[in-house]
Order: sequence, then C-alpha cells, then structure tokens
Amino acid sequence: MLRVVAGGVTALAVLFVALASGAAIGETAIPLATVVKTVANRLWDAGHDLDPIDAGIVWNYRIARALVAAACGASLAVCGVVLQSLLRNALADPYILGISAGASSGAVAVAILGFGGGFFSLSAGAFAGALVAFGLVALLALRSGRGPVAIILAGIAGSQLFNALTSFVVTKSATADQARGIMFWLLGNLSGVRWPDVFLALPVALGGLAICWLYARSLDAFAFGPQSAASLGVPVRRVYATMIAVTALMTATMVSIVGSIGFVGLVVPHAARLIVGVRHGVLLPAAALAGAAFMIGADILSRTVIPGQVLPIGVMTALVGAPAFALILIRRPVTR
Amino acid sequence: MKLAARNLGWKAGRRTIVDDVSLEIMPGEFLGIVGPNGSGKTSLLSMIAGLRRPVTGSVLLEGRDIARLPRRDVARKVAFVEQQAETGERLNVRQAVELGRTPHLSALSPWSAEDEAIIDRALDDVDMRAFADRPWQTLSGGERQRIHIARALAQEPRLLILDEPTNHLDIEHQVGILDLVRSRNLTVVAALHDLNHAALFCDRVAVLHEGRLAALGRPPEILTDHLLADIFRVDARVEIEADGSCFIRYARPSTTARRFTIREPA
Repeated sequence: MLRVVAGGVTALAVLFVALASGAAIGETAIPLATVVKTVANRLWDAGHDLDPIDAGIVWNYRIARALVAAACGASLAVCGVVLQSLLRNALADPYILGISAGASSGAVAVAILGFGGGFFSLSAGAFAGALVAFGLVALLALRSGRGPVAIILAGIAGSQLFNALTSFVVTKSATADQARGIMFWLLGNLSGVRWPDVFLALPVALGGLAICWLYARSLDAFAFGPQSAASLGVPVRRVYATMIAVTALMTATMVSIVGSIGFVGLVVPHAARLIVGVRHGVLLPAAALAGAAFMIGADILSRTVIPGQVLPIGVMTALVGAPAFALILIRRPVTR
Repeated sequence: MKLAARNLGWKAGRRTIVDDVSLEIMPGEFLGIVGPNGSGKTSLLSMIAGLRRPVTGSVLLEGRDIARLPRRDVARKVAFVEQQAETGERLNVRQAVELGRTPHLSALSPWSAEDEAIIDRALDDVDMRAFADRPWQTLSGGERQRIHIARALAQEPRLLILDEPTNHLDIEHQVGILDLVRSRNLTVVAALHDLNHAALFCDRVAVLHEGRLAALGRPPEILTDHLLADIFRVDARVEIEADGSCFIRYARPSTTARRFTIREPA
C-alpha cells in the first residue's frame, strides 16, 4: 500500500514538473513563479498582479500545449503497451493498424484535394481518414483469420495502401508549399494547439487509460498467447475487440490533433517495461506517465534547439527515440 | 466434477481430425488419452476444455453446454496445460504462476495473502519454489513445463486437462508430475505418449485412432498385444502384474517387418 501511495505521489510530482517546465521554457523564458501565479489566477482567482502578455503566453499557449502533449504522449504509450501485449509483438505500435497512414490520406484529401469544401478542418479529415483505414484493416483482419499475425499483416497492407494514396495525391496535386505543410503536419505539430484541443485530448487520454487499466489482468494473461489466456478465463474475442477499438479511437483522436508523432508508442512501452516490469496494472499507468513526460520534453526541445525555429516534434521524438530503442534492443535478454 | 463429451467432431479444412467421439469423465478419475501421432488427441482435449468449438456434438460440464458458459466460470473449474506455450515477455517464474489466479480475480480485486499462499503451494508442488525469482527465459524446457503445471494448479481447478505433460521432463519429474496430479483431489484428463505411464497412473484409458475412439476402459483390459500391434504398430508383450496392473515390454521390430527401412546409398 505504501508503495502504491509513494508511486502515485512520485508520478504526480513528475507530471507537474514536466507541465511546469513546458510552461516556463521557451523562446521567452518565463519564471516558474509567474507560471504558478498564472495558474492560481485562472483556477481560483488568486488575484496575483501579472504582466498580461506573460500570463497570456503561459495560459493560452504553453499550458494548453503542454497538456495536449501530455495527453498525446500518454495515449500513444498506453496504446503501444496494449497492442504489443495483445499482438505479442515487440514491434507493434499505435500506428500498426493503419491509423497514421489513413490520417495522412484524410488530411491531404482535405488540404490538397479540398474535400468537404472548406467545411472540414484538417483534423476532421485526418480523423475520418484514420477511421476509414482502421475499418478496412479490421475487416481484412477478420477475413484473414483473426489471429495476431493476421492483424499485423492486415495493418501492414492497409498502411502501405494509404501511404501510397497520400504520396500519390501529394506528388500529383500539391504545390511545393502545400507539400511542405503536409510533411510538417505528418511529422507532428503542436503549434496550433489551444484549449479546445485540451478538452478533447485530455478526456480521451484519461478515459482510454481507465478502460485499458480495467483490462490489465486480461492483458497479463496474454503472456503465453491467446489460447493460454482463454484457458485462464479471459473472453479472448471480447478483449481483442474492446482493446483494439479503444486503442484505435485514442490513436485516431491524437493523430487528428497533432499529426502522427512516431516512436513514442514504440519506445516508451519498452522503456516502461524495463523499469516497472510486465504487470499491466502498474505498467499501463507507468507508461502513460513516461509517455506524457517524454512528449512534453520532446516538445520543449523542438521549440528551443534551434532558436527562432520550431522543429516538427516527430523529429525530436525519433532523434531521442531511435538511439533509446537501439539501446533497449542491445540490452534485451536473448530469448534462445 | 462431471464432464461429458457427446459426438464430438473436428475438421481442419476438409480433413476430419476428430470423428464422433463420445465419452464421460467420472469425478476423481485419471483418464489417459493415448494414440499415435495425429490421432486427434490435442484437438479432442481442446474441445473438452471448451477452448475450441466442436464442429459437431457438444461438451457438457456438470450438465451444461460448455460453449454457453462464461469463460471465467469454466476457468474456475477447468485448467488446461497446452504443449509448449511460450512468451517473449520478461516474466519471472513467480509471475508466470500468478497468472493462474486470473479467473478468481476481478479487475479491481486486490491480490491477497491467500493468493500468495496458493502460489507458494503450487511452486512447492512442482518442486520449483527455489526458482521463484528466476527469469522465464533462463529456464530449461522441463522447468518451463513444471511452471505451466504450477500455474494450472494455482487456478485451483477441479478438472485438470494436460496435453502431453511429461514432454521435456527427466524421468524423475515425469513420474513425479503424474503422481502429483494423481494424488491431488482432482479429476485429470491427460494425453500421454508413454503407454507404461498410462498403465501405471490412469484409472481408464481412451485410445484414439484416426480421430475415432478405438477403445475405452481400464488399462489392463484395453492395452493388449493385439491393440498395440493394430493401432500403435509395435510388437509388444503386455504383462499383468500380481496386483492386476499391466506393464508393456516392447520388442525390437524384426528385419522383415521393419516399417522404416534404412536405404543404403546406391
């Protein structure tokens, strides 16, 4: 019990430090005291006297941005954990079901082909594209045997198809500027994020985490495969359907807000397993926390590494993520 | 714990694997399933365990169709140890056995001291308590098999279904495991390769041949010279001991009857 409380307190502390850093660090450095006072003013009318520009930057831009980054990192990490366990594949990530490929197709359909006549936003297009791609992948997986391998292969087929569609549209119809804009979006972009995005991302992340956590024991039981899980009393088909639907919705939501940020959903789950072990009751919250902190950190780096220029956050996550993944691969115990 | 299989049939594509098998498992008995490779033992066991839906027929667990019972209810009564289940997860031995408590715990119910005691006992039963903290990946095949059985025991089933449980085990642990599951207050159904093990431990044996139930009864009545020649294609003498149990002595195939000829290079 003591360990649970200590773990919870540490987790909250890490999260608050990450959020505060996200709000304080940037092109204009803002003292931590100002950040705290701004939040106090907003949340319970503390009435501190502040520079309205600083307060505006902190509240309207940086805190909203840090919260979305946290929700996004947490969601991707949780989805990565669930899919790796369920599909029993160390290389599974949230995009394995064709979601990022579908989102990019949806985004270019709106941005370049003008689908929806300006009525749809890029995000709506991406979300719709993600769901269409996932639907096709799910259908293909159902028709091809339902097992983990069938799901992975269906995902690969779907991803390839939608990536090709995206490339086709971009090369055929996009101007140089549009192509650059799409590329920037595909690599992940938190610049346009405001409070309404927080109100979408945060509930989805927390709700998704809660549902996955309720299935923690079932996910544990998949360690020796679906047949073994079934003999331990897990309703395998229901767990597959629920978990895949929940992770697909979480991923589609996050991708539609910030683009497809890579590596978080692949690397953070492995790192979390190394630190807290394989029990999902602990692993899921730990991965969520690590993903949130990692993403806020990557966002801070992407804004500050090159002065006056914002790098796509996907570049930062992969720059940090790829070497980290290499390290994990080397340290992984050899299985026969 | 009574379980009845009614007219079970299973097909892989068009090939019939199990063909119209009916049998009843009596409470407390040890039923051995024997048969040559490919005779349908594994398919029959997974249907009996409710893990595979039969193409024809049904399995009745205490009078109710197992396909209609919630998986969790079945798993509280029936444990199944499959052949060679593997994992890529970095589990240790204790965590692998703890999975056996899954059907008894809901999402929110905490891990209790009683669960802990059940895990300790299961590890003791298979002689693996000292290995509790060892990573799964460092275990030998036989040690892994014993942990799978410990997990099934931690499930506290009333019916234990084992698919060739003595594979990979050294002779001490082959006999030890069969004796252990026999001595527990359990109903056991086990596919066995070694006919002498079946003769030694089983109350009854069911002989499968090409998917059909060829014979069912007490080992000395079923395992005859004749049956061994017809179904297992071996030349053997069955000797009945003074206590009524039987013992099979295999003979070397005579040169003329050798079925697997060794070709000499031309």
